[in-house]
Amino acid sequence: MEFLVASSIGLLTTCGTYLLLRGRTFPVVIGLALLSYAVNVFLFAMGRLTINMPPILREGVTEYTDPLPQALVLTAIVISFGMTALIVVLSIRTFLEIGNDHVDGQPVGEPSEAGDKN
Amino acid sequence: MSLTLIVLLPFIGAVLPAIMIRAGRNACATATGSITLLALILLMAKAPAVISGEVFQVSYSWLPELGLNVTFFLDGLGLLFATLILGIGLLIIIYARFYLSKDDPMGRFYAFLLLFQGAMVGIVLSDNILLLLVFWELTSLSSFLLIGYWKHLPEGRQGARMALAVTGAGGLAMIAGMLILGDIVGSYDLTVILQNADLIQASPMYVPALVLILLGCFTKSAQFPFHFWLPHAMAAPTPVSAYLHSATMVKAGIFLMARMWPVLSGTPEWFYIVATAGLVTMVLGAWIAIFKHDLKGLLAYSTVSHLGLITMLLGFGTPIAAVAGVFHIINHATFKAALFMTAGIIDHETGTRDIRRLGGLLNLMPIAGTIGIISAASMAGIIPLNGFLSKEMMLEEAWHTMWLDQGWVVPLLATVGAIFSVAYSFRFIFHVWMGKPRDENLPHHPHDPPFGMWGPPALLTVLVVLIGLFPAVIAGPLVAATSSAVIGGELPEYHLALWHGLTPALGMSVIAIVVGALLLMRHGALISATANLSRPDAKAMFDCAIAKLVALSRVISDNLHNGSLQRYLSVMIVASVAIGVSGFYAEPDHTAGTRELLDVSPAAAIGWVLLVVTSIAAVVMHHNRLLSLLLVGVIGLIVSLGFIYLSAPDLALTQISVEVVTVILMLLALNILPKETPKESLPGRKLRDGVVSIAAGLGIGGAIWAIMTRDLPNSISAYHLANSKIEGGGTNVVNVILVDFRGFDTFGEIIVLGIAALSIFALIETVTQGEAAKRLANWVVSNRRSADRHPMMMVVATRVMLPLSLMVGVYIFLRGHNEPGGGFIAGLVVSVALVMQYMASGFGWTQNRMKVNYHGMIGLGVIAAAITGASAWVAGLPFLTSGFVHVHLPIVGEFELASAMGFDLGVFLTVVGAVMLALAKLSQVERMAEHIDVNLDPMDHDPSVRIATPEKEA
Repeated sequence: MEFLVASSIGLLTTCGTYLLLRGRTFPVVIGLALLSYAVNVFLFAMGRLTINMPPILREGVTEYTDPLPQALVLTAIVISFGMTALIVVLSIRTFLEIGNDHVDGQPVGEPSEAGDKN
Repeated sequence: MSLTLIVLLPFIGAVLPAIMIRAGRNACATATGSITLLALILLMAKAPAVISGEVFQVSYSWLPELGLNVTFFLDGLGLLFATLILGIGLLIIIYARFYLSKDDPMGRFYAFLLLFQGAMVGIVLSDNILLLLVFWELTSLSSFLLIGYWKHLPEGRQGARMALAVTGAGGLAMIAGMLILGDIVGSYDLTVILQNADLIQASPMYVPALVLILLGCFTKSAQFPFHFWLPHAMAAPTPVSAYLHSATMVKAGIFLMARMWPVLSGTPEWFYIVATAGLVTMVLGAWIAIFKHDLKGLLAYSTVSHLGLITMLLGFGTPIAAVAGVFHIINHATFKAALFMTAGIIDHETGTRDIRRLGGLLNLMPIAGTIGIISAASMAGIIPLNGFLSKEMMLEEAWHTMWLDQGWVVPLLATVGAIFSVAYSFRFIFHVWMGKPRDENLPHHPHDPPFGMWGPPALLTVLVVLIGLFPAVIAGPLVAATSSAVIGGELPEYHLALWHGLTPALGMSVIAIVVGALLLMRHGALISATANLSRPDAKAMFDCAIAKLVALSRVISDNLHNGSLQRYLSVMIVASVAIGVSGFYAEPDHTAGTRELLDVSPAAAIGWVLLVVTSIAAVVMHHNRLLSLLLVGVIGLIVSLGFIYLSAPDLALTQISVEVVTVILMLLALNILPKETPKESLPGRKLRDGVVSIAAGLGIGGAIWAIMTRDLPNSISAYHLANSKIEGGGTNVVNVILVDFRGFDTFGEIIVLGIAALSIFALIETVTQGEAAKRLANWVVSNRRSADRHPMMMVVATRVMLPLSLMVGVYIFLRGHNEPGGGFIAGLVVSVALVMQYMASGFGWTQNRMKVNYHGMIGLGVIAAAITGASAWVAGLPFLTSGFVHVHLPIVGEFELASAMGFDLGVFLTVVGAVMLALAKLSQVERMAEHIDVNLDPMDHDPSVRIATPEKEA
């Protein structure tokens, strides 16, 4: 099971990073979403994996999973929603301002000086 | 204590002139003068004790870990400089009151002046070299402000910039030098450093430290080849030139060389660097001064020359030369400040400083003339004035000095310097005061200035004469106290006297005066003879060097920082991977983890396969944006399932509800953004990004694998599990952590969420202006849209579901403390329920029925959380300590009320407000782009309306 989780995190990181490096805003947003999954699961897995031991206190139960990473990840999920919403709106605004959705924010007709087109 | 006060007074007092200027210029000058006078009185109270050999010290801890402490000490050297700074400062303040015109902002001038004064006093009294550096930089900054005081003059601004660049660069070098010095000795306290001369001079780092510190001193004291900034700084008002550029700031470098003299001097390196630089500066400065037609320019180069003289004396490294240097510091400060003030008077009264237009002024302004002539004679070294005494001592020392085993080099050059010095001093006397007026059309008709302007230089001139006549009585004690502080040991035998007999020095003096006078008589011929000599223009060279530096930094930054975000991001990712890899290999042994692993269930395997397939598909098919968005939804779903499977029900609930909102949000965005990503990546680029991404993924995957295969070391989690019920009153430990144990984190997080939502609001609210508004106005509506935007089935279904889904929200909220749920999840669920209404029935219809201010909701949420947290203060407990009671109600039975619920309510409100605000704002852009009015009917095709219409028509 640990291998499945580790490989999933690695794969999500790879996919997220690759999309982050694209030149258009929407793939970057998608990439950020994937990377958020990877990071959240990574943090969660810091508490090690357990099955059927939710951190809900019950009479007679003594073994629980680690609640702390879960609490931290819970807020992280909500915050990453807030950040996703913000960059989505940023990308829309940029698109409306400059007429294209390239991440470098060069207006139409003024190609990026860098010549570093993706 | 009063020692600290001497340093602090000017700083505190710097506020006064800014305020007092409202009460008039006299009040302002009086307030400023009183501050300086007070500091001077405090200093003078200590003077007798210091002169008799006592050293005062105070010390306060500031940053002892860094070796930086506020420590001051007052010995003879500090006393001499502090007296010069405060004493001449006082005279300058009086003088400036009459010098500045009505249009000049006097309050600002005095504020800067006091700031500078405080920094200077700080330098000379610091016992800690780090503290000294702080004051050192402060003098550079405050002198920048003072030089550029007339900010409407381009010369002033350029001069100020040049002075700051040169002295600032020197200051940087000096910081490095001082740090090395402190490192050698193991202490940053001057008193400790001064006792470790052998240790320092034996260190291999002695030469680097020496060179770096000297760079700081030479730039500050305008030594060759850094002398060029000083004449350009003369664009400052004359009081500033008199104060900073003759008496104080330019002496800071001299001060430091004197301060460090016991530990740094006496080596060949010291001699050849310092004495040579001083000698060259002395001759060169004096030579240039002869040709300056601007009075202040002449004085500026003369100052450069005299600073060179003092530097050379310190550079000789012998105690007797150091005594001569100290004596000349006093003498130069007196006659040069008086001369600058006289130059200011001439400028003020005649309207020009051009020597070629002046002449015969002695008859017109006899008082100023007398002052000017006596001071200039002292500068020339004419007997019986104080300039003669120290110049004699200098020539005497030069006579004995061997340079590269050549006995003639230093005496010859020193005599040449003295000749030039006599020439420009006589020029100041004869071309300005004597003879006939050369220009009858001067801007003003000259006459003697008010007492306030000639009083200060007159006082200094009296000192010039008195020290000259009775050197041992007037200056003797101070010279002795200062010199013993500089030398740090026994004073050599010396006599401050006018007549030493027929010495070589006297001969050199006579030669200097005679040849200098001859040189002046042939001045016109000299000017024309040298007119064709090429003179390097320091300003042009400086500007050229700066321009080249700017161009170079532009090339570097344009290449490194080319505006491509993708490049920056790749660099960051590669750097992160590199750091991780280097950390991994830093540890030579790597053993596999020993933790017992969980079995893979078939369900988990299926989920994994799905995740792998969808992730890869999301990348491969990312050009189709809608598809990639749907794939992300699937991935989110699998992650949620994973959370449930791995004992994290709260996370699963949060993830799945966030997923819904995120997908809706991105769909809205996709309506505006292009639907396809163009295929523009070149294969090489794809390969590069692929390699980088795979490296990142392998690194992260490997790291978490290594973590998960090892046991969890002791953590604070056990505490949370044990105390959740007892202290937090809840059995859902995750929720208790969020609202109680780590409530402060959560509090911060909901604020961040609120800020993100408000930023979204701001970004969309301003979309109605500029380019964006034009684009929206000309938006071409896609015709691939549904004919039935608000289908009846969906309207009816969502309306039925609304109370149910709100109920679920309330339920999840209420049970959150004990079962999976809580404010975050409830907020998301309620948001989804509300968004459904907007989607199904249209924005206008829903908005008319949902009169909620989402901004207010965010604010209310944060305030509710804050009030809950603060209410703990009432009980005398720390912020966010929660309490709970068990309440028994009929029918309902016993239940628990925790104060944390109020906090959770705040979380709930903030989440709902933030999510709804973001979505509502996004949909506003959509409506603008689609050019449609908001619908007030819930459905596009309302069955009841459609049946009714034909009947009416019939």
